Amino acid sequence: MSADHAGPAATLAARVRHLEALLEQRGLVDARELDRALEAFLARASPANGARLVARAWLDEGFRARLLADANAALPELGLSMRGGLQEQRLKVVQNTEQQHNVIVCTLCSCYPLALLGPSPTWYKSPAYRSRVVRDPRAVLREFGFVLDPAVQINVWDASAESRYMVLPRRPAGTENLDEQALAALVTRNGLIGVAPV
Amino acid sequence: MAELFGPGDQVRTSRADPPHHTRLPRYARGATGTVVECEGCHPLPDLRARQLPAGPEPVYAVRFAAWELFGDGDHAVTLDLWESYLCPADTEGRR
Repeated sequence: MSADHAGPAATLAARVRHLEALLEQRGLVDARELDRALEAFLARASPANGARLVARAWLDEGFRARLLADANAALPELGLSMRGGLQEQRLKVVQNTEQQHNVIVCTLCSCYPLALLGPSPTWYKSPAYRSRVVRDPRAVLREFGFVLDPAVQINVWDASAESRYMVLPRRPAGTENLDEQALAALVTRNGLIGVAPV
Repeated sequence: MAELFGPGDQVRTSRADPPHHTRLPRYARGATGTVVECEGCHPLPDLRARQLPAGPEPVYAVRFAAWELFGDGDHAVTLDLWESYLCPADTEGRR
């Protein structure tokens, strides 16, 4: 699979570099402008965004319902969007409950909601994670130090098309007195992928 | 665009092993699952990768039991699949 994938990806990268050089040569784009756009996108892309969404959803039931029903429509309430790339990407937020735990993967490549989670960790892109988490998610979670109650059903979401996924973890017990900012600080990137409880 | 399937419909994935790019993962071929929802319409990557004309078609979230995909396991796997990869589970239709 990696050989199949490296070929077209390498060709595509070369084609993009060539195109970019031609556009610059003809004065159609400014290299600094492209760099600025990329930097601006990456500067905003952080798991702190996902954590803010989770904290708000824990505190505000109405927001949680809107986030689960249509995440793209709810994101602007916190000044966020999935519009950072070439086109707006559909975001689906999946909620952990007492009965159900969610885990995110992209088995075909490494699709990931960059704007809300920041650049993806290396392990997320590894063939080992991508092939094993669909086959035996409980064992993979254990390797992350996360032992899930055997009674809880696991649903693995394979982002194999145009949607991106984010997990809404369960609010930890004993956090009733925390404000939104303190709650957001509890949320980890791994929790937003589903390989940690929070 | 008219959708062939709706939430709760049982569908089966294609068994084809195409020589070209596809986004129907190998582990989910020839498997029966349940449509969760339609996610909108997008051009089929199998055609786009070969630079063939591709109009938008429905893409669905489809849930499979792990035992259907792997022969064991108590979890579920939900994939995003283009309509061209699917046929109704109760027909012998092949794609």
